[in-house]
Amino acid sequence: MIDKTVTGEYRLSQLQALEAESIHVFREVVAELERPVLLFSGGKDSIVMLHLARRAFWPAHIPFPVLHVDTGHNFEEVLAFRDRLVEELGVRLLVADVVEGIRRGLAVEPPDGTRNRIQTPVLLDALEKHGFTAAFGGARRDEDKARAKERVFSFRDDFGQWDPKNQRPELWSLYNGRIHPGESIRVFPLSNWTELDVWQYIAQQSIALPSIYFAHDRQVFERAGMLFGVHEYCRPKAGEEVLTARVRYRTVGDASLTAAVRSTADTLDKVIEEVAATRITERGATRGDDKFSEAAMEDRKREGYF
Amino acid sequence: MLRFATAGSVDDGKSTLIGRLLYDSKSIFTDQLEAVEQASAAKGDDYVNLALLTDGLRAEREQGITIDVAYRYFATPRRKFVIADTPGHVQYTRNMVTGASLADLAIVLVDARKGLVEQSRRHAFITTLLRVPHLVLAVNKMDLVNWSQEVFEQIQEEFTGFATKLDVPDLTIVPISALHGDNIVSRSPNMPWYEGPSLLHHLEHVHVSSDRNLIDVRFPVQYVIRPQSSQFPDYRGYAGTVASGVLKPGDEVLVLPSGFTSRIEAIDTADGPVAEAFPPMAVTIRLADELDISRGDMICRPHNTPMVAQDIDAMICWMHDRPLVRGRKLTLKHTSRTVRALVKSLRYRLDVNTLHRQEGAEALGLNDMGRIVLRTTAPLFADEYRRNRTTGGFILIDEATNATVAAGMIIEGQAR
Repeated sequence: MIDKTVTGEYRLSQLQALEAESIHVFREVVAELERPVLLFSGGKDSIVMLHLARRAFWPAHIPFPVLHVDTGHNFEEVLAFRDRLVEELGVRLLVADVVEGIRRGLAVEPPDGTRNRIQTPVLLDALEKHGFTAAFGGARRDEDKARAKERVFSFRDDFGQWDPKNQRPELWSLYNGRIHPGESIRVFPLSNWTELDVWQYIAQQSIALPSIYFAHDRQVFERAGMLFGVHEYCRPKAGEEVLTARVRYRTVGDASLTAAVRSTADTLDKVIEEVAATRITERGATRGDDKFSEAAMEDRKREGYF
Repeated sequence: MLRFATAGSVDDGKSTLIGRLLYDSKSIFTDQLEAVEQASAAKGDDYVNLALLTDGLRAEREQGITIDVAYRYFATPRRKFVIADTPGHVQYTRNMVTGASLADLAIVLVDARKGLVEQSRRHAFITTLLRVPHLVLAVNKMDLVNWSQEVFEQIQEEFTGFATKLDVPDLTIVPISALHGDNIVSRSPNMPWYEGPSLLHHLEHVHVSSDRNLIDVRFPVQYVIRPQSSQFPDYRGYAGTVASGVLKPGDEVLVLPSGFTSRIEAIDTADGPVAEAFPPMAVTIRLADELDISRGDMICRPHNTPMVAQDIDAMICWMHDRPLVRGRKLTLKHTSRTVRALVKSLRYRLDVNTLHRQEGAEALGLNDMGRIVLRTTAPLFADEYRRNRTTGGFILIDEATNATVAAGMIIEGQAR
């Protein structure tokens, strides 16, 4: 709701301004690009994106399907949550299966068993198969220094690749979504949101989230300074001691390389308090894959990653 | 929320200033700082190079320069800030234009030892051309001129003189030392003669809500919402973002290009109807009458309409390697409307350093500014850019490559 004391000065709150900007982006894409799809991971950012999409087109249904790139390394709670949410919103769910992609030879299982990087060919294959011309992603510019440079409408060539040195200038709120056949646009409606904005919006809008975002007791082990939950796809190696700790997940990705953080925040308010006080970035705290090199994200994005 | 752009070359201490703002507002995370420390050490720097925080691309780190606009975020208890960190070199004018296009405020840095240089003037000029409402000249490295009031006042005087030629809406000049944090968060004891606010205090308190145009009602129709569902069988709403003005249910409106009038039945959001809509709210308008309205149409008031123009006189910033010449055909995107445009004439090329107008120029090259006349295949519903940044700005797109090749600011328009 618009706060009356705020409307008196014709001023939007920070969250209202961010929401309005995101809604504008959703509508622009649907008006200009023929076949959009929303990339849905089951994480909080993609859940917020779906919530915004619903608000952008209300009282009509969300006019595009959602695509989940399924690595096969899932948190069960997240999958169940995904299925409930798409049913409730009446959107069509498409699943691009990484395991099947490996069988079909699109990708090769890496020796360490992590499947983050090999999501890319499976994603590109699914986008091409369905003829999607635009794909909404939940990436935010505050997440990573390569992302800080990315446009809201991010052009991809017919190989799905990003060319960071040759991006279309993006002025005012005038987005250029023109493409040739085979090319596509990745669209990031949450570009200007921070992690804290996302959490505050979740609280303000009472958006439901998978339970793993809140503190719970879990069997974990330590690796590379991070706590990994013991999971079918993420088992301790010799010498890695298993302990029970009170943790929560700050991000939700491939279960084999998404780490948990120690936390007692079991309510939204406590999570917001924790996020506001944290001194470590979301990806730095929880993603094994971004520790590989200084340009890990840039390299993955060039290949066509989310 | 305040969006601001920063301009100035690496040598002026721009990265240090941004690093300082992020650091002092506790927006640099320890893992980011560690990564920068490691990278600095690996390069053999004997100091922590805060520029590495903002230079996010491999090529930028390799060359030690900023190529593209980076967006950074920080917040204080009073306000959230979005920084568009733009490169300072002349060859990246287009990025500065991009960063300034949405900015409420621009900070131009100068080195107190060097005073105003060509670049400071160019940056200030671009911010005024883009109608950034607030300009801050940050006179940096005051520590290296012995905190001298005289040096500061000389730069202040020179810049104020220059600014009168530019039509700067609101100018603030602050002496700082980004390296040592003087006049950044709090007032510096080293410069007791300075009685103005610290930089952060100014950023937190500068009044931006009055910068918006709340007078001219302009609602570009972005998308038509028709659920055709059993619950909403006859619903027809015009979705869009308020460009300017305040709309209320019951208001009489005029729709362009048809010229038909109607009344606002309701202004819908997902939370239900609202009593008013103002910029930059994204809403859905229902009208009392059934009219034929589609994307690209403009809802306004009967006695306050934008110009309906096919001959467009505009200042543009050219952003592409292939130069602009007369006779070129381009795609033009303005609000939610896309038309084709022909370059009828090139009035002059503007030297952004001297402000000299070079008439008879044959072409505009990459990063050139110039005034051109366009003829469009269909009318635009537009306002002068100086009155309305949303309905006065447009982009030009290459018809073959689809690249965005120019930013345009409408000076005036005429019906054909």
